[in-house]
Amino acid sequence: MAAKKNTGEITFEPLTYDPQYILMVNHLKKYFPIRSGMVSRVTGHVKAVDGVTFNLKRGTTMGLVGESGCGKTTTGRTILRLAGEKTGGQVLFNGKEVYDFTNKEMRSMRTKMQIIFQDPFSSLSPRLPVGEIIGEAVREHNLVPKAEFNDYIDQVMDNCGLQPYHKERYPHEFSGGQRQRICIARALALNPEFIVCDEPVSALDVSIQAQIINLLKELQEQYKLTYLFISHDLSVVEHISDTVGVMYLGNLVEYGETGDIFRNPLHPYTRALFSAIPVPDPTVKKQRIVLEGSIPSPANPPSGCKFHTRCAHCMEKCKKEAPIQREAEPGHYVVCHLYDK
Amino acid sequence: MAKKHAEGYLSAKESRQISKQNRRITDELEKKRKRKNVPESEYLTSMHDSKNAVEFDNLHTYFFTDTGVVKSVDGVTFDVPVGKTVGIVGESGCGKSVTSLSLMQLIQRPQGQIVEGEIRLNMGDKAYDVTKTPQEKMQSIRGNYVSMIFQEPMTSLNPVFRIGKQVDEVIKLHNGEGKSKEEIKSRTIELLEMVGIANSTGVYKMYPHELSGGMRQRVMIAIALACNPRIIIADEPTTALDVTIQAQILDLLRQLKDKINSSIMLITHDLGVIAEMADYIVVMYAGRVVEKGTAEEIFAHPSHPYTIGLMASKPVVGKQVDKLYSIPGKVPNPINMPNYCYFKDRCEMCVAGCEGAYPPEISLSETHKVSCYRYRDGKGEK
Repeated sequence: MAAKKNTGEITFEPLTYDPQYILMVNHLKKYFPIRSGMVSRVTGHVKAVDGVTFNLKRGTTMGLVGESGCGKTTTGRTILRLAGEKTGGQVLFNGKEVYDFTNKEMRSMRTKMQIIFQDPFSSLSPRLPVGEIIGEAVREHNLVPKAEFNDYIDQVMDNCGLQPYHKERYPHEFSGGQRQRICIARALALNPEFIVCDEPVSALDVSIQAQIINLLKELQEQYKLTYLFISHDLSVVEHISDTVGVMYLGNLVEYGETGDIFRNPLHPYTRALFSAIPVPDPTVKKQRIVLEGSIPSPANPPSGCKFHTRCAHCMEKCKKEAPIQREAEPGHYVVCHLYDK
Repeated sequence: MAKKHAEGYLSAKESRQISKQNRRITDELEKKRKRKNVPESEYLTSMHDSKNAVEFDNLHTYFFTDTGVVKSVDGVTFDVPVGKTVGIVGESGCGKSVTSLSLMQLIQRPQGQIVEGEIRLNMGDKAYDVTKTPQEKMQSIRGNYVSMIFQEPMTSLNPVFRIGKQVDEVIKLHNGEGKSKEEIKSRTIELLEMVGIANSTGVYKMYPHELSGGMRQRVMIAIALACNPRIIIADEPTTALDVTIQAQILDLLRQLKDKINSSIMLITHDLGVIAEMADYIVVMYAGRVVEKGTAEEIFAHPSHPYTIGLMASKPVVGKQVDKLYSIPGKVPNPINMPNYCYFKDRCEMCVAGCEGAYPPEISLSETHKVSCYRYRDGKGEK
């Protein structure tokens, strides 16, 4: 918690709990210190997540998109308290601040919040058989009586499209798609309410991708799960999400219903991002907004609006003053000076 | 315990036998390949159509592994016309990359061998059969006639050399006769500018880790273009990049192709990228071409059940579906391929003829070819 408050910080209202939201994130910040010199003095901060605000309704999916390095994954991990202490802001899970839990409370909360990682090749222990990978946490948390343990694991595996005889096999015997099913089964075995899916299909082939997406959707209906779906593949996000947040350099620049965002993108960055999606139809020739240059360093972000260095609509104001989140349309939030009243 | 003799189980004796057999075959092929002073007449050939830059003709590239022969490329035939872009699509392991590596003669030898077929490379006034061309000759073909852009810009640049040195090296090796150091350097800087690197003299002195992924891919493209090749093989050039950077790189490739009038072989699994870039499309499945045609034909009338499935399984922005289609089953084991259509076990549109041997290529139009029994009697059963 040693992080210094930078000057000119926007102070925020503390949230009040609204029971329809399983997760409420308010001005969440996560800075990573840059150390250098002999005594490892902190010389700066990488502002990986810099003031992210959104609410996630129970039983829905929120997609989080953006370029690599924009802080999507760090947001997901910070919400789950997997990235050390937060730097600022609030994370309310079922109305309780995640960072206020004691270690013991956090331990039991972990069963309610799970994560599926991007790379199914490195996120499974090569030395444990699949049944043990899936069952380890269940046993640790004493979720089911010992007598029912085996049946329970079989049941979970069956739900995820795995066969009971897979239990004795080791991860290297499986293909990429099946490994991702194991990861999903592992998360699901704890009967969670909320799962962070961190690029779960990026490492898979198109046809396998479809299987896993369908599986995630089926499980959501069956168990009333809530997903935070992190991906850079916009077409997948559109397919699976109810709401979408677009991130740029640690900020959530736009956030709203999937339909609103995709049909009527407001932020210049969102527009550029969407125009860059290749369309699988050779007859479509579309006008593309090509962004110049690449994403600036999060250790030394531009002043004012962080996007102003690449923005086609940059105004004088954008260079000095950071925009704040506004509701441009009902339920459609955007962080841009273009929509200042 | 798992089943003792599960599928794919080999006893030590069987495995020894396979290795011995493999060694015999590969030794023979290697001996043929390592001969010195091969006369040019042996690999000189003629193009079937002088408008083509490359013609793949019934190419078979096998890998002789200790568990059996993997037929990575099993009878691939297609053409790359001059100045056009040919896109090759397919899932991982279907032989897309091996096809292109065969053209470069960069297959991992001795296990990997081209056992049959021809790759005719148009060299302007003459044509070579790449499969028979000796190593020394290949050295001058690579870079000058065919060059390659690899998937991972992170791993394909050498981290201990400066960018400038790595580009210089290519020019010096392939095109550097009688050129002074300064000339080579100015050519490198010109190339870096051509691929859209603004600070080209600065980048010349930088190390790869100082550049972002998109910039590194631009450097890779500069290296590939160093000697004005006739064919550029782009093996998943944008898979590791973000959409916005991907758009930049694709635009760049398109511009450069027109500028130096070369052909591109674009290998990717992203149908969106293919639709934007390719003039012709080749769809591969389990080492074979299942469908080929112009981009319009393939996207407007996908005919092979695999192509149809592939297109249905990709979510498209602006098109809402409740459930994505997913192709049932999985790719057959590459060691024991069935003797009927490789896709039959996953196919939902089987007809009576599917029991028979692997289907022949059937023409739907002059350019549109499909290997499927559904189209045997002219029109095809829809």
